[in-house]
Amino acid sequence: MTNNFSFEINSLLVALPEIFLLSSIVIVLIIDLFLTSKFRQATYYLTQLSLMVTGILSFNLIGHPETVIFSNSFILDNMASVFKVFITGSSMVAMVYTRHYLLQHSLYRGEYFVLVMLAVLGMMVMVSGYSMLTLYMGLEILSLSLYTLIAIARNRSIAVEAALKYFVLGAIASGLLLYGISMVYGISGSINISDISAFAHDPSINSRDTLILNFGLVFLVIGIAFKLGAVPFHMWVPDVYEGAPTSVTMFLSTVPKIAALAMLVRILVDGLGSMHDYWSDLFLALSLLSISVGSVVALMQTNIKRMLAYSTISHVGFIMLGFVTGVVSGYGAAIFYVLVYVLMSLAAFGVIIILNNKGYEADQISDYKGLSKNSPWFALVMLIVMLSMAGVPPFIGFYSKFSILQEVVSAGFITVAIIAVVFAVISAYYYLKIIKFMYFDESDKDETISAPMDIKLILSINGSLILVVGLFPDRLMNISMSLL
Amino acid sequence: MLENYLPVVVFIFLGVAFGVGLTLIGWLLGPSKPNEEKNSQFECGFPAFEDSRMHFNVRYYLVAILFILFDLEVAFVFPWAVVQSGLGWFGFVVISVFLFLLVVGFIFEWKKGALEWE
Repeated sequence: MTNNFSFEINSLLVALPEIFLLSSIVIVLIIDLFLTSKFRQATYYLTQLSLMVTGILSFNLIGHPETVIFSNSFILDNMASVFKVFITGSSMVAMVYTRHYLLQHSLYRGEYFVLVMLAVLGMMVMVSGYSMLTLYMGLEILSLSLYTLIAIARNRSIAVEAALKYFVLGAIASGLLLYGISMVYGISGSINISDISAFAHDPSINSRDTLILNFGLVFLVIGIAFKLGAVPFHMWVPDVYEGAPTSVTMFLSTVPKIAALAMLVRILVDGLGSMHDYWSDLFLALSLLSISVGSVVALMQTNIKRMLAYSTISHVGFIMLGFVTGVVSGYGAAIFYVLVYVLMSLAAFGVIIILNNKGYEADQISDYKGLSKNSPWFALVMLIVMLSMAGVPPFIGFYSKFSILQEVVSAGFITVAIIAVVFAVISAYYYLKIIKFMYFDESDKDETISAPMDIKLILSINGSLILVVGLFPDRLMNISMSLL
Repeated sequence: MLENYLPVVVFIFLGVAFGVGLTLIGWLLGPSKPNEEKNSQFECGFPAFEDSRMHFNVRYYLVAILFILFDLEVAFVFPWAVVQSGLGWFGFVVISVFLFLLVVGFIFEWKKGALEWE
């Protein structure tokens, strides 16, 4: 029997960030077991350190020539490295707020940080996955960690309900995705993205094969749309956002979107790019439904986490619109949009977490009345975030919407662009409503909000980035455009 | 093409013949002295009929989950053991990493007290 497994040390270097993160997870898990309560904070600092080193290792791999290792199932290219840097970076930001929240709500446990690192590992595997199996494995590592993270507030029945809903619906979506994968595998005979791409691009492909491939494609699109939270597969989003502890909501509403987008690019653009005519129609329907439902239903919400959930749905609609265009610059605009969305969403949930007091969630929109008098700085950051999400220049949210719509118009979908703009205007109402509450209404309680220094610093940087990148969007735009 | 399925057909016939044959031999040769206990359903030592919504200790649940975790590990180790000689040191290193990660889980559950009954 010949040895088919060539063991090359170089292939391990390509996966170094993942290997390092997995080793750190093991070490942090063991160390946390033996810590006395006096040194509990060590887990947090070790987590931040691990994430930072992982990010630096990924950063060093930017510009590495495209390499495919582990029997064609793991790819390292610029998109993977850049996304990994963004994933680790935004997870670190989320962790700063998370610690504050966990301490205030007495949810501080070492397992929380280990689970977050596991989720990050899952996302990194998703971003680098080059076979259906690797992508699916990464997705499951991510999802299982998120289910557990939501249920970590196990005394709160609403959190347990959210976790169970997410788990059941997530399992169904994973099943649909797997079914799609099995159909594609059945007809193309491979689970490797490159082989599937070669099969789909083959001009001699007959109509029966195309039909079955299309059949599998529908299930793949459904699975991806569920993970992104696009209408009509959005039912879990508002309930999970509302029920989960705010720190978990912050994490799961931001970073996994980057990974889901990467999975979308790998499967639909890299793998089934030649089937674009088939999946772009599905995407057009999904994105228009998401934009309209997300914008209109958010108007009625009184809970800010629910409102942001519907706002996420409408943002996802815009992201998917970028893929309808079928040109590389359109995909680049979608990547730009998702990075901008993560930046804005982190700041929005950051303000919500800061307004939490001990054991009390500031998740009603009416809680923001008169915020500008009690804490003008936090109100200003929230103002920037809300204007940016509504798409007002010069904030970054304007450019992300603008670049998507520009691509959509130049691809010839003028009606679609008009519909999207109309709903964007409608959605401006609920963003402006929060600003009105903060600046023009009287507060019914009179207390100044204090927060630790590290959070104030991160929030200020985050808020000013929304403005600064909005004024100079070229650099981020160039990065996004160069990834495909 | 169809002759590839001949082993399957043989297997089905053998299976049916084996099952029917053994039952037949038992029925023909065995003594038959039924009583009430022998005719009731076998239920692992519990009474055969009671309310399905009975209380049981929640610790069974934890033990069951941990059992499944470490039981499934064999499902990965067994195929590895069969082809181990062909895999060489590479296979050995890979399975060691896998077992090491499981040991970490084991240390975690032990230290957390999941194995304590009281």
